[in-house]
Amino acid sequence: MMPLLTTKGLSRNFGGLRAIDNVDFALMPGEIRAVIGPNGAGKTTFVSLVSGRIQPSAGMIVFDGADITNLPAYVRVRRGIAYTFQLTSVYANLSVYANVALPAQLTLRHGSHSKSAIQAAVMSALERTGLADRAHMPAGQLSYGHQRLLEVAMGLALKPRLLILDEPTQGLADSEIDNFITLAREIAKNATVLLIEHNMPVVMQLADRITVFNAGKILAEGTPEAIRGNVAVQEAYLGTAP
Amino acid sequence: MSEASPAKAYALHLGVIALLFVLSFLLPEYYHGLLARIMVLAVFAMGYNMLFGYVGLLSLGHAMLFAAGLYGAGLAVIQLGWSVPLAFLGGIACGAVLALVIGLLALRTTGVAFMIVTMMFAQVFYLLILYFAAWTGGDQGMVVPQPARVLSFGTTSLELTNPTVRYLTALGLFSIVLLVKLAMVRSRYGRVLVAIRENEERTKMLGYDTFSNKLAAVVISGTICAASGAAYALLFGYVGSSFASVQYSILPLLWVLLGGAATTLGPLIGTLFMYYVIDITSGYTSAYLLIVGIALILLVLFFPKGILGSIRQRWLGWLP
Repeated sequence: MMPLLTTKGLSRNFGGLRAIDNVDFALMPGEIRAVIGPNGAGKTTFVSLVSGRIQPSAGMIVFDGADITNLPAYVRVRRGIAYTFQLTSVYANLSVYANVALPAQLTLRHGSHSKSAIQAAVMSALERTGLADRAHMPAGQLSYGHQRLLEVAMGLALKPRLLILDEPTQGLADSEIDNFITLAREIAKNATVLLIEHNMPVVMQLADRITVFNAGKILAEGTPEAIRGNVAVQEAYLGTAP
Repeated sequence: MSEASPAKAYALHLGVIALLFVLSFLLPEYYHGLLARIMVLAVFAMGYNMLFGYVGLLSLGHAMLFAAGLYGAGLAVIQLGWSVPLAFLGGIACGAVLALVIGLLALRTTGVAFMIVTMMFAQVFYLLILYFAAWTGGDQGMVVPQPARVLSFGTTSLELTNPTVRYLTALGLFSIVLLVKLAMVRSRYGRVLVAIRENEERTKMLGYDTFSNKLAAVVISGTICAASGAAYALLFGYVGSSFASVQYSILPLLWVLLGGAATTLGPLIGTLFMYYVIDITSGYTSAYLLIVGIALILLVLFFPKGILGSIRQRWLGWLP
C-alpha cells in the first residue's frame, strides 16, 4: 500500500536552531498516528510544515502521490489536509453554526450548493462532536472544552483525508477526554489521523503507531507497546540513568 | 450573520427605500436636494463599509476611488462628449481598474502599513489631478454643462438637472447598491469576508485563498465608490479636486463609524446624521465643527459600535 503522506529530508531552521532536522516520515492511509516528544522536540513545527503554515528550509513533502512542498496552505486544505489549532482559534464572535458553515461550504463548492446541503453538513459535524444543541450560541461563549470540540467539528466539516489534531485533549476534563477518544476512533473510520498529544493514556489507547521526536529528529517509531519499552525514549523523557 | 429572518431583513430594507421614495414628494426644496446628495454619498459610504466593516481593512485612500468615478465620468462627458449612461459606466470602470491595481500592491501590507500605503496612493492621485490641470481644471475643478446632463431614450429625454429626476436617480442607485450589498452580506462570500476579518490565519487553514478574497472585496468596494463618484458628477454637475483630497478619505470612515460598521443601513444613517448635525449647528454658530467634533467624541465613547451597531447589539440581533 502506498503511504498517504511522506516527507523526505524535511528540515526547518529558525536562525541557528534546527527545529526539524532531516526527517523522513511515512503515514499509511487509515492509521491513527501519534506524535510525541518532550517540549521543544519539534512536533508542532513538523505538523506546521505538513499543513503548509510554514515553509521548509529543505526537503520534500508528498501527499497522495503528489509533491505538495511548494503549495500554499489553502490548496493543501482543499486537497484534504485539515489542521486543528493547538491554541483554540475559533471565530469567537460568530455562532457555532457559522464557524462550521465556513468549512462546510468550501467542501460542497463543487457539489450541491443548496442551503439545505450546507445545513446538513454543518449539523452532521456538530452532532458527531455533540455540539448540535449549541449551534446558535456565539462560539466565544462556549466552555473551553466545547471550543476544542468545535475546532474538531470545523476540521470534520472539511471532510479531510488527513486530519491533524494538535494537542486536542489539552485542558479537557477526564469525562471529556473519554468522549474525545470515542470521537477520534469514529473519525479514523473515514480519515487518517495525525495526533500530537502529551496525555500518554490517550496516546496508548488511540494510536496504531507512535512516532517519537527529540531535538528535531525522529528518535523512535513503532507500536505503543514497543515505544513503551524503548530505552532511548525513556531517556529522552526522563533523562539518562546515572 | 444570523441564519434566520431573511424576510424581516428584506422587508426592512424595502421599507427604507419606500420611505425615501415617499419623502421625494413631501420634502421642501432645500431638504429634497440635500437628501439626494446624501443618498449618493451614502453609496460612497456603503462602498467603504464593504472593505472596512466586513473585511476589517482600514483604507485612508478611498477618496481616489470616489474621484476616479467622478473624473472618469466628468472627463468622458466634458472632454470626449460621451453620453450620460456611457460616461457613468466609464467612471465605474475607472474605479474598478484603479482598485484592482491598488489592491494588488496595497494588500501586501496589513494594519497601519495598509492605511499609509492607501493614503500615499490617494495623495499621488490627488496631485496628478492638480498637475494635469489642462484637462482636469486643476484646483478649480470643472462644471459639467447642463445640456450634457440629459438621459435620452429615443425621443424622450430626462434632464438630470430636474430636482425630481435627480432625486429618483440617486434613490435608484442607492437602492440597487443597498440590495446588492444586503444579498452579498448574507451570501457565502460575505461569510468568508467576515471570517477573514475575525481571524485571517484560521480562514487560510480552512482552505480559503484570503488574498484573492480580499482583492475581490477591494475591487467591489472601488466599483461602488466609483459609481457614487460618477453619479455625483452627472447629477450635481461639479467635478472638483477637493473630492480627491484626504478629507474625502476620512469622511466615509466617519460616516461608517457613526452609522455602524458592518451594518447594511449604517452608512446611510451615518451620512444623514453627519449632514444634519452640520446643517443644524452651522445655523447657530460659525464654530459648528467644534460641536460636530464633540458629538463624534460622545458617540465613540458611548456607542463605539455606531448607531445601528449599538441598536443591533442591544435590541435587534437580527439586523444585517
